[in-house]
Amino acid sequence: MRSEAKLMQGNQAIAEGAFYAGARFYAGYPITPSSEIAEECSKRMPLVGGVYMQMEDEIASMGAIIGASLAGAKSFTATSGPGFSLMQENLGLAVMGEVPCVVVDVQRAGPSTGLATKPAQADVMQIRWGRHGDQTLIALCPATVAECFSLTVTAFNFAEKFRVPVIIAPDEVVGHLRENVIIPGPGELEVIERKQPSGAPASYKPFTADADGVAPLAAYGGDYVFHVSSSMHGPEGYSNNEPANATWRVGQLHRKLEMHRDEIVITKTFDADDAEVLFIAFGATTRASRAAALELRKQGVKAGVLQLVTLWPFADREVAKLGGRAKTVVVTEMNYSGQVAGEVRRVLGSGADIRQVNSYNGQIIRPRAILKAVQ
Amino acid sequence: MSHATGIRYLKDGVLPHMWCPGCGIGIMMGAMLRAFEELGYTNRDTVVVTGIGCTGKLDDYLVTNALHTTHGRALAYATGIKAFNPKLNVVAVMGDGDSVTIGGNHFIHAARRNMDLTAIVINNFNYGMTGGQVSGTTPGGRFTSTTAWGNPERDFDICALAQVAGANYVARETPYRGWELKEAIKEGLGRKGFSLVEVFSPCPTHFGKNNEMKETRQMLHWLKEKALPAEEYNRLDKEAAEGFFPVGKLVDRHEPDFNARYEEIRQKAMAAKKG
Repeated sequence: MRSEAKLMQGNQAIAEGAFYAGARFYAGYPITPSSEIAEECSKRMPLVGGVYMQMEDEIASMGAIIGASLAGAKSFTATSGPGFSLMQENLGLAVMGEVPCVVVDVQRAGPSTGLATKPAQADVMQIRWGRHGDQTLIALCPATVAECFSLTVTAFNFAEKFRVPVIIAPDEVVGHLRENVIIPGPGELEVIERKQPSGAPASYKPFTADADGVAPLAAYGGDYVFHVSSSMHGPEGYSNNEPANATWRVGQLHRKLEMHRDEIVITKTFDADDAEVLFIAFGATTRASRAAALELRKQGVKAGVLQLVTLWPFADREVAKLGGRAKTVVVTEMNYSGQVAGEVRRVLGSGADIRQVNSYNGQIIRPRAILKAVQ
Repeated sequence: MSHATGIRYLKDGVLPHMWCPGCGIGIMMGAMLRAFEELGYTNRDTVVVTGIGCTGKLDDYLVTNALHTTHGRALAYATGIKAFNPKLNVVAVMGDGDSVTIGGNHFIHAARRNMDLTAIVINNFNYGMTGGQVSGTTPGGRFTSTTAWGNPERDFDICALAQVAGANYVARETPYRGWELKEAIKEGLGRKGFSLVEVFSPCPTHFGKNNEMKETRQMLHWLKEKALPAEEYNRLDKEAAEGFFPVGKLVDRHEPDFNARYEEIRQKAMAAKKG
């Protein structure tokens, strides 16, 4: 089948990517600026034999997609800051129970209800640390409509492969941006299915990992009967409060991602190899940073961009490598406190020349503001 | 005919269970497992979903599929399971805190959608696991560890809530009525759509202790004396009914469930797409 370019919105491309990846269950609650994803799913889920449900709130949405995933569905939800806050507790169960699922957080400006229709990149730390208890997950951040599509496929693949919730975190700009996208034909992009157990059903342990750090996951209703629990549990999924068990269990949740770190951490670079001025950006600010770097190149300054496609786990090695070479590092992000800048400072050390360009008033960061930071 | 014990669904070596002497949860669990057996449920086709609290410990005793969730959210998880795989028997077992206090929103919406789930609710009128604090079902004036001078709030009637929210089947029972309890659970499990079996349950450790029913027999006596079959209860005027509560089947409907209606809409969508 010939692939054709289609003009579409970022949110639409996320829905498109989800269907491409085989999503068959969506549960959500409407919230600006993510609602187009729900609308698209409500139209298309029934036609592909899937289920769309609008739940009573985001707490229920998160619970429902976990339930559906354990019944065998590739499931997802979409929301924005306030709804994402409500999802945190149940998102923690997806981490603890190693339940594959995808959560889209189209970031808008806070705090609280904030500027409900305006963009922000202020959920970076909420994504990583928003839940109680020590845990980890994967977060991806698209900068273009094409990436909205492709990273959604990647998100489902990571979720299925590593039995972990994956967050897709566009900002409102990217979610509502319209660009041409070439949707690949079936088979052009790899689509991964979760590893199924083999062997005698009676000996199936849903939390005993294979050599790759990930345990196979059966589906409720099949030959393999299993327990999943929010409480600390042993390999069979039954409660186990032994310190040695908790040490193994918590470690396992982290180790499986550490083992596959290089596959999970995705970055892109633009003229970054010889960059003396390195912009570190993600989402919409990547675009403004790229424009600023091109302008600087015209002026004879060796400027480049490191785009953090994977937000979590943090691209510390990539930042260290390129940032260590640069004279000046500029982190551009739509939040006050420099949520990514803090990570960059942690990696490069306080002696590095690290500058910040921030906006937190619902306005996008323009190339001119970025240029000012390096002049 | 051999007598159903339900023991086939119990994990080896887990008894005695962790619930306090006099608690009703074990009796409810026994009734539920006997109902499973009489209905021919298999481990693979059954998912027991639990929340948090004393009742939330129940999944650890079972060898069916199980999902132990977060406090109050069992029905949201159960909804996702059932919506995606309508063939599964999905049972959400909760306490009064789970079902109608922290989780009240999910309760009314699961009933409104008429999800084909069975909710079994142990109502012991307080939060047992955390030390006997007030809950949304603690009657007004009663004493708990956080209503030292009496509860200023009113309590939910869980059955009435399920009824107005749209449940197909609602029954209330007590551990004193073991056979009727098993029958009610069995009928609820067999009914398409949302079914609720509320189990008024003794909690001598906390609620009883704080309300002059420290002994299990006092709590059971209360449940025995004050439970009236619904038809008998309904004949009483308000004054005479004071202090009593109806037991048995309270709602008996056959409205189409969520999955049936979703499938109907899906067929229409497919036809419209083709046409």
